[in-house]
Amino acid sequence: MDTLTRTRRRLEALIEESHLEIWREHNRALLRRLESKHSSVEFIGDALSTEMVLNIGPQHPATHGVLRVVARLDGEIIRSCVIDIGYLHRGIEKVAEYKTFQEFMPYTDRMDYLSPYSNNVALCLAVEKLAQIEVPERAQYIRTIACELARLLAHLLWLGSMVMDAGAVSMFLWTFREREKIYDIFDLIAGARLTVSHCRIGGVASDLTPEAIEAIRAFIRNFPRELRAWEKLLNKNRIWLERNEGIGVVSAERALELGLTGPNLRASGVPYDVRTFEPYLVYDRVEFEVPVRTEGDNLARYYVRMEEMRQSVRIIEQCLQQLPPGPIRNENAKLSYPDKQEVYYSMEGLIHDFMYTHWGVCPPKGAEVYAAIEAPKGELGFYIQSDGTGFPWRLKIRSPSFCNIQALESILEGAMVSDVVVLIGGLDPVMGEADK
Amino acid sequence: MTFDEVIAHLEARLPDAICEVRRALGETTILVRAERIRDVCAVLKSELGFNYLVDIAAVDRFTSEERFELVYNLLALAHGLRLRLKVRCEESHPVVPSITAVYPNANWHEREAWDMMGIRFEGHPDLRRIYMPEDFRYHPLRKDFPLLGIPGSLPLPEKPEASRN
Repeated sequence: MDTLTRTRRRLEALIEESHLEIWREHNRALLRRLESKHSSVEFIGDALSTEMVLNIGPQHPATHGVLRVVARLDGEIIRSCVIDIGYLHRGIEKVAEYKTFQEFMPYTDRMDYLSPYSNNVALCLAVEKLAQIEVPERAQYIRTIACELARLLAHLLWLGSMVMDAGAVSMFLWTFREREKIYDIFDLIAGARLTVSHCRIGGVASDLTPEAIEAIRAFIRNFPRELRAWEKLLNKNRIWLERNEGIGVVSAERALELGLTGPNLRASGVPYDVRTFEPYLVYDRVEFEVPVRTEGDNLARYYVRMEEMRQSVRIIEQCLQQLPPGPIRNENAKLSYPDKQEVYYSMEGLIHDFMYTHWGVCPPKGAEVYAAIEAPKGELGFYIQSDGTGFPWRLKIRSPSFCNIQALESILEGAMVSDVVVLIGGLDPVMGEADK
Repeated sequence: MTFDEVIAHLEARLPDAICEVRRALGETTILVRAERIRDVCAVLKSELGFNYLVDIAAVDRFTSEERFELVYNLLALAHGLRLRLKVRCEESHPVVPSITAVYPNANWHEREAWDMMGIRFEGHPDLRRIYMPEDFRYHPLRKDFPLLGIPGSLPLPEKPEASRN
């Protein structure tokens, strides 16, 4: 019996006992055809019953950055996987120890680069709590508005890219059109589109111009309509539902154990949101709801984020109504930068500007503080220890994406390989923040 | 539940574990003896409702005694409390019991502390570096590690040779 015949026999036996339950004849014919093309084909076994190791990333567009997943596959099912991060590690915690608090701010822009403003605010709140700096009301309102715009910015990217991960590209273009409008608003608020660094310790850099307020008003007038249109497209879309429903289910207890945070935690039924847990800025003066779902699957994460966007619009609306007049920075020049007018036209202003740039704000020696905000990805916290100088002795960043990616490992185990991309999209990690 | 009740309960259950309680800026910090940290966490989680570990920070105090410090950030979601635990360990023997058995998500936070500060965790299931590659021998967040790094400490792939034509 020659090799060809032997192979064919084995093939026939294989097909007989294999999982090919539908279209047996068709598959048999296909395999025969394949065999006739390559007479040296050797069948080691059914591809679906052999284990293989698949490496996804770090250079892969669907991993949202430089995430690397090494998975052991049994057919299409991931039996076990290991997640490797650190490909974007820049050591910004080390850099922070060599920068004054204000100098460090541009680095925070580059952590979660989808919502730079939230990162600025988190740093400022921590330093202000540490050094007991009062912030004028108007500045807090401006920060709240900008934080919620940043949340929209981040969620819009998540929506576009996640729907694209599931196979629909047009959505990506629509959400990016809306993001473009928010970037234009940030241009009006801060003078920069992406890396805003608009916060200052003790306030914000510049006031909202009437033009910026008008742009924000126009945006939030129009945005709910867009949101409704997208929901109309997705909420009953069979492909979208089937790709997401029941995928990556995490129960509430499991979510806490895994350390999920932000919308992912709330999609599992834990109503933890820093905005209501420890209200900061002016979140205790506006009305909004914290959306919570109990299903814990990828679809629940979608619903939670969609509802969060609607609540963000609500918060911005109320903030614009309540926006009080007044100063936008603490007026004590030892605690906050003086106004540029003063710097240019008075001697004291110039001296203060110099002093502040060189020494910065000096919190008491030995003081320590943890301040957290609800960033779009979850709880973003800064833990700072001071040694009495203008530089932090230790600055530890609690980044939400780091925690979400940790949970990803056990969510992926047992999932199908075709769901990996959707699951990563659903958890919405940003590597710039996870790798610090 | 208040912080006073939490501390009273801890002192009653584990009388030798707590060294110091500090309150500042509206935050409560408990300094715990390093070898008892796992027990303290277990009591906090099972009896006092601290069900969510937020973060673990490692600090280099750069002192001759008790050089390293670990800062645990715990939340009791139902009671709305945030508690900070601290343990300290010596430079010559930087080992602390792992709390992964109590809070599974401590896994990566402890790996980060090992990678960045060189603190080892007894009983950790998978103590590998997390950001730096395993080939790296230093712990970059220690105060004696230079900001610009150590030349040659990390092997980089060789430059591909320029093509002949």
